[in-house]
Amino acid sequence: MKKLICALLAVAMLFSLAACGTSSGDDSADALKVGFIFLHDEQSTYDKNFMDAAKAACEAMNVEYAQKTQIPESKDCYDAAVELIEVDGCDIIFADSFGHESFLIDAAKKYPDVEFCHATGTQAHTAGLDNFHNAFASIYEGRYLAGVAAGMKLNEMIQAGDITEDEAKMGYVGAFTFAEVMSGYTSFYLGAKSVCPSVTMDVKFTGSWYDEQKEKEAAQALISGGCVLISQHADSMGAPTACETAGVPNVSYNGSTVAACPNTFIVSSRIDWTPYFKYMIECVQNDKAIDTDWTGTIETGSVVLTDVNEKAAAEGTAEKIEEVKAKLLDGSINVFDVKNFTVTVTDELNASAVVDADGHLTSYKADVDTDEAFAKDTEVVEDGVFYESKHRSAPYFDVEIDGITLLDRNYG
Amino acid sequence: MNNTEKKVHEPVFHVVKRDDMPLWKAWLIRMATIVVSFFIVGFLSIAVTGQSFAGTYETMFSGVFGRLFEGHTTMLWKYLQEIVILLSLALALTPAFKMKFWNCGAEGQALMGGLASIICMIELGDKLPYGALLAVIAITSILAGAIWGVIPAIFKALFNTNETLFTLMMNYIATQIIAYYVYIKGGGSNVINPVSAGNFPSVAGNDYFVNIAIVTVITVVMYIYLKYSKQGYEISVVGESQNTARYVGINVKKVIIRTMIISGALCGITGMLLVAGKDHSININSVGGQGFTAILMSWLGQFNPFIMVVMTAIVVFLRIGVAKVVDTALLNSSFSEIMVGVVILMLVGCEFFIHYSIKFKHKKEAGV
Repeated sequence: MKKLICALLAVAMLFSLAACGTSSGDDSADALKVGFIFLHDEQSTYDKNFMDAAKAACEAMNVEYAQKTQIPESKDCYDAAVELIEVDGCDIIFADSFGHESFLIDAAKKYPDVEFCHATGTQAHTAGLDNFHNAFASIYEGRYLAGVAAGMKLNEMIQAGDITEDEAKMGYVGAFTFAEVMSGYTSFYLGAKSVCPSVTMDVKFTGSWYDEQKEKEAAQALISGGCVLISQHADSMGAPTACETAGVPNVSYNGSTVAACPNTFIVSSRIDWTPYFKYMIECVQNDKAIDTDWTGTIETGSVVLTDVNEKAAAEGTAEKIEEVKAKLLDGSINVFDVKNFTVTVTDELNASAVVDADGHLTSYKADVDTDEAFAKDTEVVEDGVFYESKHRSAPYFDVEIDGITLLDRNYG
Repeated sequence: MNNTEKKVHEPVFHVVKRDDMPLWKAWLIRMATIVVSFFIVGFLSIAVTGQSFAGTYETMFSGVFGRLFEGHTTMLWKYLQEIVILLSLALALTPAFKMKFWNCGAEGQALMGGLASIICMIELGDKLPYGALLAVIAITSILAGAIWGVIPAIFKALFNTNETLFTLMMNYIATQIIAYYVYIKGGGSNVINPVSAGNFPSVAGNDYFVNIAIVTVITVVMYIYLKYSKQGYEISVVGESQNTARYVGINVKKVIIRTMIISGALCGITGMLLVAGKDHSININSVGGQGFTAILMSWLGQFNPFIMVVMTAIVVFLRIGVAKVVDTALLNSSFSEIMVGVVILMLVGCEFFIHYSIKFKHKKEAGV
């Protein structure tokens, strides 16, 4: 009896195999298809942000797409690209993680007729390939606006007599001590400083993009160190939940955390990738070249803020954000205007910076072109402004400005 | 009298070891388990995706083999590459396991081998001719893996420390060393860009051919080593009973240390295959937990290299195939891990029923 069942099952199996052989997975040659490569899956807020945008953009543009999740930063990325092209017939390949870049470039060399787009990367402008492109967004503008909301909350606390002006200290939980994070916390701090001049900030790094426990502990350490408001640049719920437990206001990232933190969530900034995905699809549809470095802005709809949580935010926050946003849009405010911050230069700290007598930057060389020595190669201060995301889309602001104290450093 | 006898508590069933199952029957059960487990995976996928039966298997096959029938062999090579990496780790663990030395450190030993490879590629890449560079990469990787494997073995042989904990801890140390090296070489970005020197050559346009060839040779050599060599026999004896081994004059300490050198060295080779033969870079996830999956593969293969080939082929097929189902249906990727877990559990379960039989109480009563 058992043998009979085995035999029957085996035959059924063979039939299902035969079914595969006859039907081919060919797509029609004309239809445009986009292939997405994601580092994790939707359980990571970082990847979910990309996955949601991919779905929204492809549905809006009425194009097909295929995705590969859980692709590590190794040759598996190259293999995934090859599969998306050869098996799924994709015409555009997009990858979402920094470490994917070199492997994606290898694939771009092998398939010159396919367009390759990569978020957060730095090598497109030096790779010399027509079909490889980088993209990022001026998220520092979003963080600046979130910082304004934080500063207003501090002002409210000062006026209420909860804290003195000198006690207006914020805490920031960052992932790694490099430009992407440094640019983010500095713009957040400058936003707060623009409305609350006495503000200072402590920063702690976790050394991981996603480590709920470490982020929680870092937030708790900052709170017990006297920080009265917390923000973060890491992808778990660690810091927001620590704030909710301690009753400390929190400015979030990657999307609203109001559901889990109804009493402490003020506002959150995030990058919306839908505009970029639409742009790259449009370019390919119309046979136009995709920008080597594309930087999304508030104007393109790439840098967005969530609704302000009235329960936690200071009165008038939403209106103030709109007001500052308008000024950012018309160019009357620059986030990294050198007049807004001072810099201390020593042999170890900010060595490639030049400042005037008041401590304002007059010149700064940033590491824009990727090389093995991490050479500071490009002058980025012009006309009194540190121009972020101008020479390439990925951030390169890594100045350590006065008023922000790095409690530790973590490079991974 | 009869009454008191009945009151003695008897378990509802008890497990009896059996050695009488003929080989063909055991294999029939294994094959049936594989077929049934594939059906379970299929049905669960259908339940979640709502696809048709044929459609689900078609997706799995296209994920693994791509458009093989139309002459595209890329995916097949990738499939073979994934098999040989897992297989080579399983092979590396086998001599240690056969000796009942629980080497749970394949992950770390492979990482150290990979680290040796990447250091050679970066530091000696422009200093040595290609052939010499490859030779240095091979020697240093083997040494690095062997050293990482032999440290717990020395402690086990001399002080009888627990090798399971020791090898596990060595994994964490290896991971941290890699993290530190990536930090030094990758700078702020935390990524080592692929190195062009010291890459294995591609054969007829195929990047993975060399890896596959190397592991094929190791598989055959390992089979012969375990089955026909004196050292292989010594490993079996030490595994069966250390006292017996001592009694017949085998130097147990020597065998433990020697076997772990071999085990670590083979893990080191796997690290080399991953770094010089695939990624040309390294990070803490380069081995990706396969050092632990390999433990299961070695067991399921019953320490026979050729059965391990079949087992790894099945598990890798599922891993890639179900991942494709997941990506096509936009499911959560945990689904593929669950499916692989289901199949492994069934395979382990079928081994249990092959080696043991369950006797129920009522049967015994009937017999009396």
